[in-house]
Amino acid sequence: MRDEPERPARAPGLVLSQDDVRRAVTRMAHEILERNARDSRLDALVLLGLQRGGVWLAERLGMEVARIEGPVPVGSLDVSMYRDDIGLRPVVPAARTDIPVDLSGATVVLVDDVLYTGRTVRAALDAVSEYGRPRAVQLAVLVDRGHRELPIRPDFVGKNLPTSMREDVVVTELGVEIRAVLP
Amino acid sequence: MKHLRSISEIGVDGVQRLLELTDTMVDINQRPNPRVPALRGKTVCNLFFEDSTRTRLSFETAAKRLSADVMTFSVGTSSVNKGESLRDTIETVAAMGVDAFVIRHGSSGVPWQVSRWTTASIINAGDGWHGHPTQALLDAYTVRQALGRSSGLDGVRVAIVGDIRHSRVARSNVEVFTALGADVTLVAPVTLLPPVPPAPTTDDLDAVVEKVDVLYLLRMQRERMQEALVPSLREYSARFGLTAERARRLPEHALVMHPGPMNRGVEILVDPAELPGAVITQQVTNGVAVRMAVLFELLGAGRDVPVEEPV
Repeated sequence: MRDEPERPARAPGLVLSQDDVRRAVTRMAHEILERNARDSRLDALVLLGLQRGGVWLAERLGMEVARIEGPVPVGSLDVSMYRDDIGLRPVVPAARTDIPVDLSGATVVLVDDVLYTGRTVRAALDAVSEYGRPRAVQLAVLVDRGHRELPIRPDFVGKNLPTSMREDVVVTELGVEIRAVLP
Repeated sequence: MKHLRSISEIGVDGVQRLLELTDTMVDINQRPNPRVPALRGKTVCNLFFEDSTRTRLSFETAAKRLSADVMTFSVGTSSVNKGESLRDTIETVAAMGVDAFVIRHGSSGVPWQVSRWTTASIINAGDGWHGHPTQALLDAYTVRQALGRSSGLDGVRVAIVGDIRHSRVARSNVEVFTALGADVTLVAPVTLLPPVPPAPTTDDLDAVVEKVDVLYLLRMQRERMQEALVPSLREYSARFGLTAERARRLPEHALVMHPGPMNRGVEILVDPAELPGAVITQQVTNGVAVRMAVLFELLGAGRDVPVEEPV
């Protein structure tokens, strides 16, 4: 593990409450619509949750978008076969990919709970290309915790959360929590 | 999971995990481009010391769909004919850099022996009369899929018919089916049963044919006639073959399975294409997916690696 200076800026614990998550999701839904309405891409909008943590978030975002503007297809994407760290890190496979529409020409919004190294997103870009050639791919994450290892940047962020690599970020619909990981 | 040499080695949890992974692989195989980069840079060597078409091609296809490199070694064109020992063959090939050996050999236990000579993963593709674990896994997966079971096979009645004694398929299948909760009955003449049968036995196919969910026919090998274990193929067919009359008495939902290659007119006397319950083609299709799951588990996902950083 790389040597990171400890950042004791904030104590481990709940950093976003259930209400904070709900508000962040609503704001992200508005941002997604605003950004894509501009280029009249709304008809071709697809939300894809990354297995496993991004799936519920994509569904929630889909519900918000439906409430504000109208229904949007929501799917899920399993990237475990596309990772570049297979064999370096235990993989949790057996999650389903479910893509409800043809992605050719679509505007795909990849949705994940936490953006960290960026390797999952890189794998997701490869996986998406197997299902067609989207017109654009965007990235929505509830938490950006930093420590990127690849040139990947989110388009829509719920919360920027500087963390230490010795911490674990746990995201559920009930809130976002930071846990200390024993060294 | 490091090796797949037998079903008992991976246990029921290992079986369940591989069957779950197979779901993912079935999805991949249904795509227009059924190929993923998961095992890029890994090398799989097929070592077949016995004839095989479907198993060898199935493993080759599986490895290629996961983007692994494949070497296929057929004994007919190898230095084994010049008298090279098994150990020297393994060590030579391993020195070229191999991550997994897929081995079929006429002697039981060869996969264990080979795993002492190399650090690569070993997959048993059939050893003597002993076992054929990937066949058993693909059969269990096919039953699960065809009967719409999500996990186990609790209470599913399986009859395995034929030469149980000399069949590695039967041995591995009994292990997998019973581990998943199925009730297995072995149907064979007494001369073709092992001394200690691994499941209840009968020599009366007519008594069980109406009470099965799965009728699993084994290949009847002609050399058994010379050994005088069965009087004649005709008598065998009459008592243990799937005739049109027996096919009519099968329950409507019952599956008919065969590991191939089929002896038409011996163990199966009807055209399987006309049997609504025949899933013999699905067995072959699922074979590729199951072997992808095994390769991915052994060479990728299931390696015991230390967790360095949270994902």
